[in-house]
Amino acid sequence: MNFNLSEEQTMIQDSIARFVQDNYDYDQRNKVVALEHGFSAEHWQQFAELGWLSIPFAEEYGGFGGGPVDTMVIMQELGRGLVAEPFLPTVLLFGGLLQAGGSEEVKHELIPQIIAGQLQGAFAFLERQSRYALTDIKTRARQDGVSWVLNGEKTVVLNGGAAEKLVVLARSSGEQADKNGLSLFLVDSSAAGVTATSYKMTDGRDAANVKLDNVTAEALIGGPGEGYALMGPVIERATLAVAADALGAMESLNAQTLEYLKTRKQFGAHIGSFQALQHRMVDMFAACENTRSLLYRAVCALDARDEDARRSLLALKVMVGRSGRKIGGEGIQMHGGMGMTEELSVGAYVKRLMIANTLFGDADYQQQRFSALVNAPVKAAAAVEAA
Amino acid sequence: MDTRFTDEELAFQAEVRNFFAEVLDEELKAMLHGGEASTQLEEGMIEYQKRLNARGWMAPGWPVEYGGQDWTMTRHFIFNAERAKAGLPAPIPFGVTMVAPVIYTYGTEEQKERFLPRILNSEDWWCQGYSEPGAGSDLASLQCKAERDGDEYVVNGSKIWTSFAQAADWIFCLVRTDNSGRKQDGISFLLIDMNTPGVTVSPIETIDGIYHLNEVHFDNARVPMDNRIGEEGKGWTYAKSLLVHERLSIAEVAESKRNLEQVRELARAEVNGGESLLDDPLFANRLAEVEIDLMALEFTELRVLAAAAEGGMPGPESSLLKLQGTTIQKAIQELRMDVAGYYSQAQQGDLSSSQVGHDFADVAQKLYFRGRASSIYGGSDEVQKNVTAKHVLGL
Repeated sequence: MNFNLSEEQTMIQDSIARFVQDNYDYDQRNKVVALEHGFSAEHWQQFAELGWLSIPFAEEYGGFGGGPVDTMVIMQELGRGLVAEPFLPTVLLFGGLLQAGGSEEVKHELIPQIIAGQLQGAFAFLERQSRYALTDIKTRARQDGVSWVLNGEKTVVLNGGAAEKLVVLARSSGEQADKNGLSLFLVDSSAAGVTATSYKMTDGRDAANVKLDNVTAEALIGGPGEGYALMGPVIERATLAVAADALGAMESLNAQTLEYLKTRKQFGAHIGSFQALQHRMVDMFAACENTRSLLYRAVCALDARDEDARRSLLALKVMVGRSGRKIGGEGIQMHGGMGMTEELSVGAYVKRLMIANTLFGDADYQQQRFSALVNAPVKAAAAVEAA
Repeated sequence: MDTRFTDEELAFQAEVRNFFAEVLDEELKAMLHGGEASTQLEEGMIEYQKRLNARGWMAPGWPVEYGGQDWTMTRHFIFNAERAKAGLPAPIPFGVTMVAPVIYTYGTEEQKERFLPRILNSEDWWCQGYSEPGAGSDLASLQCKAERDGDEYVVNGSKIWTSFAQAADWIFCLVRTDNSGRKQDGISFLLIDMNTPGVTVSPIETIDGIYHLNEVHFDNARVPMDNRIGEEGKGWTYAKSLLVHERLSIAEVAESKRNLEQVRELARAEVNGGESLLDDPLFANRLAEVEIDLMALEFTELRVLAAAAEGGMPGPESSLLKLQGTTIQKAIQELRMDVAGYYSQAQQGDLSSSQVGHDFADVAQKLYFRGRASSIYGGSDEVQKNVTAKHVLGL
């Protein structure tokens, strides 16, 4: 039993930390998110050159063949540094889905482009009515000869503005909330009928609504009706990644708040000498450690394909939401008026944590799913489980 | 990063599991009232501890030369987990877990030979004399004094919250031998025979209705100098080093896992308005919330163990084990009370619990009220937070 990182993992960790150190102080970050698409193309190229974009992909497509621990290491550092570049949407979601269900032709063509930093992607799954139910999909896919034609509108597509290609979740059969009948399609953003309208998320990262008006898909990813099964493991990995990103953000925000307690003076003393604040800072420390423990738990379980993996992942996502809210809220409060300003990065961390809470289902939602799994209530829990 | 057990560890796990299954036979079960986490001093505990000792597993954490086992941290973890899964309590800690490490670390050869074998064999029962009426969370302000007179100390003062003093043969005490310097510096560690003239025990009635707490008074009790551990004035240091030995299972994760499963099954069987209590989303979510906390704590403990196994210092997270462990224990006790509903509030008298409503109500009530103490003893929650703020966060 050990919780140590391998030599390679430590090297990745160090190299990202160094990148953040050199390129990502708060002023530099603000300039990055102000760029079109909310990230720096130069940075992205640097990521490619340093090999980070290759890590989760299989070796046969030019990847490094990394596992959940590697993804965790990367995302934790990116979260700690508030890095805005779209590793999650392009590499883990878009790339992950291609790797999970794409044809060999598609994989051999596109994955090397992702790894080289030449292709931006996104996963368009959410719709206005969906909320956290991944199956509540109205976008329709109809077969037209050998091709598929898509109609509908996707919302909050992370990196949707920059993405040159999308994987779109659409319904090829079945009713609006059916688990069956969902399929994944590869769509070129410049194809006729695709309209992406970009906007910023609260933390400055980029998202878009994507309208699909009789759009001909480039390819079906996996078989028709296999969308739900295909995206499950990809979303699991992405959830783990979001949790690692959140842990990094929690660590950084806690460190910043602690430093403030030690330097800010009021009533002739450092405010950190007040017991009321000390105990709350301990609670914030505990919230962070609980997240770390569940992250390690989930990552080890996923890595070992343990039966505890699903339960651990749900527990983790609940804790990410709960701890993120505590650390974020207390981080602002303990900074007093300064916590309300854009001068400090406190607010940016809070926003990052709030986004992490909502991604792939918030704490309340996941706790209900967790409860349905572990308590196996006497009445059928099918409704919750179906989601 | 890997939490899988090795084949060798899995074999050890099976061995331990078999052992506990054999130990807890019908006879012992009856003596332990069904084997439910009893921590009372009673015949069943003595019998159980003697069986542990016969296997060499009464004190696996001790150094081998005194009767311990040369186990890895993972083996200790497995051993404790399997014991709790079997529904068996840890041995009563005051002798084997609390005073023994001080004796074998700081005691003389004579003291080791005199006390350690009798602890292993459950011949001597020990109690702990730390807290005083005027020294609770601020333990170092203790005033029970020991003054030299020839080759004896004359002890005067009182100790309070002394569990099982009524049955103890010995008490290990922190006493004040010097008042001149820093309050931590004038404290010595004394072993006192409970039969010493001048030592009296008076019971304290507690809200759980179980007799375990006492006040112990010392009125010119004469204690041989030979009964002092280590140097005069170093008692505080010795007592603090003891805490390391408690860390291994202080969170009581395995016990809480078992208790949580019990509460879940009780709730599943409980009917309210024709529906199982587990179908009440509020109750189910409260249960889920505690389980998530427990899953986190389980891995926090593993992280601490893994660091210790590599010979490193425990990380900062180790300071959270007691605080979070007792928070979870208390939450599970609350849930058990809630499952018992009305029936949880009836005192046992002429009618048994099952006649009043639920056979588990009496246990729920006792666990709940006794459990309130867990966030007070051994450093209250507030003291734990003070310590973490100071030593971990540097505030």
